[in-house]
Amino acid sequence: MALALPATEISAKLEAQFPGSVVESSGNTIVIKPESTLQIASFLKNTPDFDFDYVSFITAVDYNTYFELVYYLISLKHNHTLTLKTRCTDRENPSVPSVNSLWKGADYQEREVYDLMGIRFEGHPNLKRILLWEGFQGYPLRKDFKPQ
Amino acid sequence: MEEESTGMGVEDNSKPYIYPDIELDKREGEAIEAARKLYKQPIADSDSWLEEEISRNILLTTVDALINWSRRSSIWPVNSGLACCAFEMIATAASRFDISRFGMEIFRPSPRQADLLIACGTLTWKMAPTYKRIYEQMAEPKWVIAMGACAISGGLFRRSYSVVPGINLIIPVDVYIPGCPPRPEALLHGIQQLQEKIRHYSIAKKKEQ
Repeated sequence: MALALPATEISAKLEAQFPGSVVESSGNTIVIKPESTLQIASFLKNTPDFDFDYVSFITAVDYNTYFELVYYLISLKHNHTLTLKTRCTDRENPSVPSVNSLWKGADYQEREVYDLMGIRFEGHPNLKRILLWEGFQGYPLRKDFKPQ
Repeated sequence: MEEESTGMGVEDNSKPYIYPDIELDKREGEAIEAARKLYKQPIADSDSWLEEEISRNILLTTVDALINWSRRSSIWPVNSGLACCAFEMIATAASRFDISRFGMEIFRPSPRQADLLIACGTLTWKMAPTYKRIYEQMAEPKWVIAMGACAISGGLFRRSYSVVPGINLIIPVDVYIPGCPPRPEALLHGIQQLQEKIRHYSIAKKKEQ
């Protein structure tokens, strides 16, 4: 069983490194600002103490007023985990930076989130639908989606 | 891929090879959207075999009996599983339930060699044009069994955004087997019902589509 790192300690380090990037932290979860996603992800991946070399999953939750992206990071070397979250308040044209340049495994996960939730990942090399077909109207995992 | 992109006059060297052309997805999407618009009404099952007594005469009865006997005794199914009902179909084919007792043990990987399409599971709209093509590739005479709640009506995914509500929107169905999933015994019973149905066919009447 992997050890879930305490979020408050890590968020203090992140706050020292990137001031104003952390929104809140509690338990094992850190909520960060979307524009600093790439910086923090790169920091968590490349710092030897953390060494998060594997992103287990990326998913998104619709809270009606905002979307929440969830990144579950794992370090295979240290056998510890961290849950990273970021919020996207723009419902019309939601967009967050892609972490595909750091973890190749994010490719399909981000495409799935784009397909079903309609969140664009800036910098993704091949952002197109993965499960549904081209021409499908709407994003079915959104709370306001009405099937025809 | 390389030749195709050259042929279409679109060269995009910025993306690596692993990301295929979007044109393929667009063509696929157009086919699926066309299918969603086209297939709205269920295709009624042919009931011409119900009134066979009227059209039969003595000569045809004997020929019919021979042809129908040979047809119903060796129904070869297509080797295609849509969803979880396929496992029940596999179990039916295995030795415990032993579908070969009914002359059906040869699951053909090619639809051109098969007589029966067992629609076992949920059919999504993305799969629908392909499944229709598999049915159309089968040689006449051909039969379809809708196995399980999803194939019959869409099941518990009926109002979903991606599931075909009933496989009879796409292809005509001969036998419906309810269950979620049906047990192998139920599938065998459905097969026997289909054999009973084939027994009543007549070459004097063409099977209606």
